[in-house]
Amino acid sequence: MANGARPAEKREHPELAAANDHPLLPLVARQLRFGINGRRIIRNISFWIGSSGRTIILGPNGAGKTVLLRLCHGLIQPTSGQLSWGDLSVAEARAHQAMVPQRPVLLRRSVAGNVQHVLSVKRIPRKQRPELVAAALEQAGLTDLASRPARTLSGGQQQRLAIARACVLRPAVLLLDEPTTNLDPAAVRDVEEMILAVGAAGTKILMTTHDIAQARRLASDVMFLNDRRLLEHASAAEFFSSPKDPVAARFLDGELLG
Amino acid sequence: MNEFSSAIGAALSMIVTLDPGLVEIVLLSLRISLSAVIIASVFALPLGALIALQPFPGRRGVIVLLNALMGLPPVVVGLMVYLLLSRAGPLGPLGLLFTPTAMVIAQSIIVFPIIAALSRQTIADLHEEYDEHLRSIGCTPLQSVVTLIRDGRYRLLTGIMAGFGRAIAEVGAVLIVGGNIQHSTRVMTTTIALETSKGNLALALGLGLILVVLALGVNGTALVISDAAQRRYG
Repeated sequence: MANGARPAEKREHPELAAANDHPLLPLVARQLRFGINGRRIIRNISFWIGSSGRTIILGPNGAGKTVLLRLCHGLIQPTSGQLSWGDLSVAEARAHQAMVPQRPVLLRRSVAGNVQHVLSVKRIPRKQRPELVAAALEQAGLTDLASRPARTLSGGQQQRLAIARACVLRPAVLLLDEPTTNLDPAAVRDVEEMILAVGAAGTKILMTTHDIAQARRLASDVMFLNDRRLLEHASAAEFFSSPKDPVAARFLDGELLG
Repeated sequence: MNEFSSAIGAALSMIVTLDPGLVEIVLLSLRISLSAVIIASVFALPLGALIALQPFPGRRGVIVLLNALMGLPPVVVGLMVYLLLSRAGPLGPLGLLFTPTAMVIAQSIIVFPIIAALSRQTIADLHEEYDEHLRSIGCTPLQSVVTLIRDGRYRLLTGIMAGFGRAIAEVGAVLIVGGNIQHSTRVMTTTIALETSKGNLALALGLGLILVVLALGVNGTALVISDAAQRRYG
């Protein structure tokens, strides 16, 4: 929504109201476009995210979810339009965020070494590091595997390590791109529990998924993307019970959008 | 055939009894080639990393050139260094021709492109994989380089060992700039070349055996290291 639409939006969706204590909110996008080599991947998207809960970007593959997330993290620059996190630009906000891509890059080091690396990059004093590493591994349930090479972990363990590594310094925002693709149900449950715990500790969650059931389990609000457009943004309760957009309704009914 | 087998016997006994002449030659070979590899690495590793990470106009051309220079013929390098160091040459007054230093210079030039090209490839591959993560967590350029070198250390070591394998086995350059002077610039390869033509098969064979074992050993170790690192770190 453009700035002018904000109050109405707030009245309509009290759960989207700004959490005043969150430094990076609201996340505001105005007429965001992204294209590469003349191919448009994001078409004129505007939105306003004020709640500090879990925002799920839902949509079929190819909808533009990953690109939108990467734009929000500043890994790629929009072709046109504006994005801002609270009072900060995307580039400034990145220091307070962490992102876990669909296929996280684990360094060729031990499990603990992967967490330590972030701490040394962020110049955390050496003395404080062991405690932070231990807490992160504990949270991921990987304490016993601390000295194992990270790349020999199972898919679920790798994903948990990636999330723990991303959250070791309690970022204000955690961006997750399809974090449970290719995981079995038990691993999905573990990862979702971690995400809920991270969110409960005060981190804003912005996550993409194409899995409707997962969106139902996790979302406090849903942004529905299809064919490179944002078709609906509503609270989870509203979106799942009575989606306003006809395409979203068809998607929720299990139709395969292409 | 009889002569041949007696030469092998003599060669083996030289190795077993650590014949002083043979040991001197082997040690000089190792000293020269190790020095050349260390000196080349000091410049080639940062250059490889720089080319891998820093885009600049003409980078593709430099990469092609570097890869092509890996096949630089040692005799030609020897000739160039000879011309530079010969009495009439620009560096003639230093009096380095026919010294071990001249041999180190020639071998450094031969292995430099090998180490630079292989380390560029290693760092570039790793960078492509790590870049987004490193940007996401806010790495400075220096922190990125340190991370890439650390995580690529086994593959970088393999490149350095490839350079060493090339240096220890080449004969053309060290023969031209060293001159195969006894007790001064005789290394394994030049000795083999000259003793064979003189008919002294025992020494040539003994050194040949050691050289083969060294070359196989270096390559084998490089393989084992990269294989173990691959299994351990993925």
